Amino acid sequence: MLDYVISKYNFWIYIVLMMIGLYAMIGKKNLIKKLIGMNIFQSAMILFYVSIGVKTGATVPILSGHSHGHGELIEVAKYLNPLPHVLMLTAIVVSIATTGVALATLILVYRRYNTLEEDEILKIRKDTGV
Amino acid sequence: MAEQLAALIIVVPLLASLLVPVIGWWQKKLCYPWVVAVLVVPLICSLGVLNTVMTTGKFSYRLGGWAPPWGIEYAIDHLNAFVLVIVAFISLMVAIYSKKSVEKELKKEKIASFYTLFLLLVTGLLGMVITGDAFNLFVFLEISSLSCYALIAIGEEGAPMAAFNYIIIGTIGACFYLLGVGYLYIATGSLNMADLASILPALYHSKVILVGFAFFTVGLVIKGGLFPLHTWLPDSYCTAPSAVSALIAPLMTKVAAYVMIRLMFTVFQPQFSVDMMPVMSILGWLAVFAIIFGGIKALAQTDIKRMLVYIVVAEVGYIVIGVSVANRMGLTGAILHIMNDAVMMACLFLVVGAIFYKTGTRDISEFRHLNKKMPFTMAAFTITALSMVGIPPACGFFSKWYLILGTIEAGQWVHAAALLCSSLINAVLFFRVIECAYLKPMEPANAHDAGGIHIVQRDEAPLTMLIPIIIMAILVIVLGIFSGNIISSIIQFAVPASF
Repeated sequence: MLDYVISKYNFWIYIVLMMIGLYAMIGKKNLIKKLIGMNIFQSAMILFYVSIGVKTGATVPILSGHSHGHGELIEVAKYLNPLPHVLMLTAIVVSIATTGVALATLILVYRRYNTLEEDEILKIRKDTGV
Repeated sequence: MAEQLAALIIVVPLLASLLVPVIGWWQKKLCYPWVVAVLVVPLICSLGVLNTVMTTGKFSYRLGGWAPPWGIEYAIDHLNAFVLVIVAFISLMVAIYSKKSVEKELKKEKIASFYTLFLLLVTGLLGMVITGDAFNLFVFLEISSLSCYALIAIGEEGAPMAAFNYIIIGTIGACFYLLGVGYLYIATGSLNMADLASILPALYHSKVILVGFAFFTVGLVIKGGLFPLHTWLPDSYCTAPSAVSALIAPLMTKVAAYVMIRLMFTVFQPQFSVDMMPVMSILGWLAVFAIIFGGIKALAQTDIKRMLVYIVVAEVGYIVIGVSVANRMGLTGAILHIMNDAVMMACLFLVVGAIFYKTGTRDISEFRHLNKKMPFTMAAFTITALSMVGIPPACGFFSKWYLILGTIEAGQWVHAAALLCSSLINAVLFFRVIECAYLKPMEPANAHDAGGIHIVQRDEAPLTMLIPIIIMAILVIVLGIFSGNIISSIIQFAVPASF
């Protein structure tokens, strides 16, 4: 069992991180904590992608012109898979943009209700009938 | 030029959206004509693309000339050419409509940023439909979602809170989709949809694929707002500015439904989606609950926009029922309903926006004598309402007809009953509004100020609002009459051949 966990530890870590994020997003009442949960959730995803590009004993995927001339086959196992990492550059940008938009809406929320606690906001909205 | 049409659909609105702030900084008045002029381009291009598909069959466009599966490919067949035309057309109509409504509901300095986000949202939706690459789809999904969050947040009183909830739940949905892509990538090493479709059948029994498929489904169900994951939808759609609701209510959920059809029947073979996972029966039952729940919640509303928003929840259920029965009739109905529902919902939200613009109310009980005050708007509303109820020859009848035939063919009698029941609920919902507007007498307090006969001044919505509304209402009838032609020339090729 322990070997099973250790051999696939990257998946375990990402699942645990993802669940922490999911819990914060659903369970926490403070909106900033929800936002932090969202960031943890997205980071878990990014770590998952980064970890699947890794190969044991491989190196950075840069071919040097001298050692790989024409007709010479490239051993794929010697190089990391760069594609998931490149995809994650896009995902990081997306996650930054999402955080930005979320923070901007939180500023709007705070200006209107003077608090970022969800239950207090709900109470204010109930009292004012909006 | 003709072969570049597919790329222009995305490139033109994307680049044009970046120019909107510059134009707005120079001359605020020019933003509106610029956006309308820009949105004509995707419509013309997507009509051209549809024409190409109908004459020569499906084709693909390679971005930058890189061959798939390494490069990103825009794969266009009957299904997405058809959805492209719908998205492009409705966004153009809403853009034309938006002028007066935006001037009234938003502060002046926000108009340029509104139109920037508007174009970005349309770009994202068009991109989700046209792309043939699973990761590229995620990027477009986030472009459309992010601009959608911001557009909702500039709405009325409760909007920022609704937008924040939508951000949280929408991000979960998008991340689940991305995880699905990751699992498929681990197993296949490819992101191109056509390539995935050819590699996957050998791996159908792999648990990685099953988990990936489950992530896909949950992500899209969240994005599509299917019951019980619809909780973000009512608040955010209801508090958004009128022009925004009129754009996102018809299009966002429909595009998510399109992606669902694309993944389940193109990337995965129908026999995988139907036979190997119980996902179809789960989705079917969720859809039944969505229809009933949406209808009942809609009945409880006095605010007409909130009522329509709950009808959107029910309409998502319609499309998912068509997908879940997984036969030719049902899927034809689902694809036809993507079009019909987009047109009907756009028309209804435009009408509500126009009424709100003129009278400042969305309370159904205050709609007295609207038929005299805004005769054309209310006529458009009535036509669309009849279509929602399902009265021929309006288009709503035909898609429901196919959906019900599909459920009967699959032997899902409860699903068929839910669809019929929903027609009855719609009848109650809409006749309640029509009764208030057409038939209720004026209150006695006001009745005698003109010697017993109260004369209501005609006060119709401005032309920029009225023209899109009337075009939509005419389309509701025209699409109904020609739905046979649409099915025989487009939709029957969009349904997988194995059905």
